[in-house]
Amino acid sequence: MSELGRLERFLRTDPRDVGCDEAVAVLHVYVDLMAAGEDAAGRYPGVAAHLLACGPCNEDFTGLLAAVANG
Amino acid sequence: MPAQDLDEESSAWLRRLGAAGAERRAAERELHARLVRIALAEVRRRAAGTPVAGRELDDVAHQAADDAMLAVLAKLADFRGESRFITWAYRFVVLEVSAKLGRHYWRNPPAALDAGQWERLPDRFGIDPARHAEAAGVLAEVRRVVEEELTAHQRRIFVAVVVDQIPRDALAAELGLQKNAVYKVIFDARRKIRRALVAKGYLDEPGRSGDE
Repeated sequence: MSELGRLERFLRTDPRDVGCDEAVAVLHVYVDLMAAGEDAAGRYPGVAAHLLACGPCNEDFTGLLAAVANG
Repeated sequence: MPAQDLDEESSAWLRRLGAAGAERRAAERELHARLVRIALAEVRRRAAGTPVAGRELDDVAHQAADDAMLAVLAKLADFRGESRFITWAYRFVVLEVSAKLGRHYWRNPPAALDAGQWERLPDRFGIDPARHAEAAGVLAEVRRVVEEELTAHQRRIFVAVVVDQIPRDALAAELGLQKNAVYKVIFDARRKIRRALVAKGYLDEPGRSGDE
């Protein structure tokens, strides 16, 4: 039922998701790996899963990535 | 972490911030200036999502930089060299900006806490129950699970975040909760609702992709 696509995506959870606390605790490490072109998601799959699902943490991640890019 | 395992810039920051007198003061001034610059950029990047604007937005940035500076200096001994020092320091200021802007949401919120705008839920998910009878059943089941299977605390958080679209960090600030506690409630509710919809035949069983 394609009309339910958005709801279904919202309800889908990833068991690897580490939650906000663990993700934020290593956010600087994750961002440095990304900035260096390394496989951050491969090293931290639970963090990658969380950042896909959590808007506020994704916003923090995006902000930190921008900060590092702008020095 | 031994200094030789750190990159040159991080080692220099630690050495200068650990020094005495003028060298330390100069390093603190330089770090604070960088935190202010990052905070100003960050509040502007987030400006569209906050009622704070203009000079007050700059004030938030300066407060965030000041608080981040204190946190960095207080936790200097905790820095383990897992990232560059400056990235570790920037994390404090980004999180301070996030927390401060979250608290400002309540000045002029589009939805009050406990508004419970269930009639808007279909729009949230792009569903038109008038056109699809099955969609009406799905939405009714979502509401049943929320009302019957969640505790009052869980229900309040779910309705605020999902139904009334209150940002999670703003809700956490208002209720005095950790952001992770709010996330966990929503995460568990999503699993419960999905299980109920699968049981009723509205959604397929979880695939093998690793998703539940």
